[in-house]
Amino acid sequence: MAIKKRNKPSELNPNVRNKNFEEVTRVFTAEMAVNEADRCLQCKAKPCVKGCPVGIDIPGFIAKIKQSDFDGAADVISEANLLPSICGRVCPQETQCEALCVLNKMGEPIAIGALEKFIGDYKLARGTKVEPIKKIGRRVAVVGSGPAGLTCAADLAREGFEVTIFEAFQRPGGVLTYGIPEFRLPKRVVQNEIKMLKELGVVIKCNVVVGKTILLDELLEEYNAVFIGTGAGLPSFQGIPGENLPGVYSANEYLTRVNLMEARKEGSATPVYRGKKVVVVGAGNVAMDSARTAMRMGADEVSIVYRRSRKEMPARLEEIHHAEEEGIKMLLLTNPVQVLGEKKVEGIRCIKMELGEPDDRGRARPIEIPGSEFDIECDQLIMAIGTSPNPLLPQATPDLEITKRGIIVTDENGLTSIPNVYAGGDAATGAATVILAMSAGRKAAKAIKESLL
Amino acid sequence: MIYARVYNCCKVLLRVWRNALFTILAKRELAKDINEYVIDAPLVAKNAKPGQFIILIVEEGGERVPFTICDMNKVLGTVTILVQTVGATTAKLAKLNAGDTIASFVGPLGNPTDLSGYKKVMLVGGGIGGAVIYPQAKLLHKAGIAPVTVMGARNKDLLIYENEMRTYSSRFYPMTDDGSYGDKGFVTNKVKKLLDTEDFDVILAVGPMPMMEAVTNVARDNPVKVIVSMNSVMVDGTGMCGCCRVTVGGETKYACVDGPEFDGKLIDFAEARTRASFYKEFETEEDCKIRGPRKK
Repeated sequence: MAIKKRNKPSELNPNVRNKNFEEVTRVFTAEMAVNEADRCLQCKAKPCVKGCPVGIDIPGFIAKIKQSDFDGAADVISEANLLPSICGRVCPQETQCEALCVLNKMGEPIAIGALEKFIGDYKLARGTKVEPIKKIGRRVAVVGSGPAGLTCAADLAREGFEVTIFEAFQRPGGVLTYGIPEFRLPKRVVQNEIKMLKELGVVIKCNVVVGKTILLDELLEEYNAVFIGTGAGLPSFQGIPGENLPGVYSANEYLTRVNLMEARKEGSATPVYRGKKVVVVGAGNVAMDSARTAMRMGADEVSIVYRRSRKEMPARLEEIHHAEEEGIKMLLLTNPVQVLGEKKVEGIRCIKMELGEPDDRGRARPIEIPGSEFDIECDQLIMAIGTSPNPLLPQATPDLEITKRGIIVTDENGLTSIPNVYAGGDAATGAATVILAMSAGRKAAKAIKESLL
Repeated sequence: MIYARVYNCCKVLLRVWRNALFTILAKRELAKDINEYVIDAPLVAKNAKPGQFIILIVEEGGERVPFTICDMNKVLGTVTILVQTVGATTAKLAKLNAGDTIASFVGPLGNPTDLSGYKKVMLVGGGIGGAVIYPQAKLLHKAGIAPVTVMGARNKDLLIYENEMRTYSSRFYPMTDDGSYGDKGFVTNKVKKLLDTEDFDVILAVGPMPMMEAVTNVARDNPVKVIVSMNSVMVDGTGMCGCCRVTVGGETKYACVDGPEFDGKLIDFAEARTRASFYKEFETEEDCKIRGPRKK
């Protein structure tokens, strides 16, 4: 019997969408969702669940969709995941749940991500009635309103804790707001999820930098526990000559200007350079986001420069695919050695690379090919080669133990070296994914609840 | 004892709630296009120290702009900043008065000024740089080591905090470009004369970047340490974007978290100048939208 083909949500035309910020991938229609749910074999072994960092009962919610019981599906998902509209859009399903789907062997895994997104959006549109929650008289402070902080706060609020989130920026969401572009994760989705959190009684205080405006010690005087979800917001630069020339941006700066400060909008008060020939260094999701954003900001040419080969590119396959459809060039096995220019960036000198033996993390080591230097012309350079945890809070809190790489040291429940202080997400692992951050927020909330009750 | 806890808890909560609305409590025009604002920001005031800065957004959706903290009152929970009207955002701010609110006010950011251990101090202020050196003059005077102060401005009207600086300095040298007050000339003329005849431990120079660079150059061959406060372009102010990067002693530092003060003699000023003027064209466009075309 032939395997039915995987339903694919429609996508905007690449040559049209690369000039605007509309969401590229549409959501399933109800009919498509039911159709796709019907393909699921409802395996007894549930391999897909093992691939999910928060253990969503995937066959469970899919079974509900098959019966057109979308409310039921939403209930199943929310037992494990509070932000399905976000995870359905940004999780690397191809290395998680969908990778383990038995139908993957036939090349047609269930579109689990698209189904989760469908239910997430259904839930947002429907709204959720929140039953009044009995307060238990315990207060928790959450530092950072990214995925780890939001999840920890929501879980604690549901259990009757009084939760206040402290956010450094003027708008909450962390990387969901400043990092991931509108065309991949519409901000109305993030704002709706945050609205649901506020309906649970969570208070969000923006414009407060914990470690500067308030110190951790001061928080511990007023709250029974603290969760640190400050992310990995320190940008990496290569350290090559010319890297401080105007026109050279970290991906963080570029995306924050365009996304959070809305420099993409007509008449915005925040400037950003709109390069015509843009080069982005790196090949993770942030690099793809930067390149696709530069295209939308009016570039004629955008290239990704990456020192390894296609196989090693860390970005989600969908992002790489979308980027290439939108006209972004991939210059692989290429690494910059110098940024060229007088008053601003005018080009980069690159060298060709070849792959050697794997390093201690198992990734093929890139080796320069001597004498293979060549120049690429560009008027804007975006460095998207990774981030590490921002040292601001640890530097202000000497008792908070961190590793040499600035990662906060925690036990398996997220407890740090300071009693009643927990940490999770990128701040405690280094740059990773939204879903892993959520999972950490969840674990810490459980540990906080158990320690305080 | 429980009442004390409840009282303290209420105090913090009230501070946190007040921090959500940033009301301008007072506004004073110190000179043409230079305004002094006293802002209700109790959380910022509590931990603020001179030399640190804040980042504000005038209205929702506006730009994030840094301003040095000139003064703070921990009891009243207020922070004082000086703003010179030079572009679109500062023009918007200039239109606000006591009673108006600003959308965001974040701080205290950066590291405070640290002149501890120095005995013979020279303070040099250019234009609204006086806002940064004024609190230092007060501190030094209180410690019994009143500084020698040089303050410069284009003309008499733009010389700010003159009486205050005179009070807290052992010697005070006002300079104006046009000679309308004090000696005619740039602050560097006076700095050079002073360095030629006396020994100083440290110079704290704050003002427009060309002025700080010029003072550093005049002092380069002298053993005196020169500290400057870099007014780099910023976005977040917490070290997450790298916009404010400065090369200091061959290393890349962030003005927002490693600074804003650095050893002037180690700064690559040529690079800092090009980075600072990167958005000039955009600024001019935006400014014209707010204030109409201006003569350059």
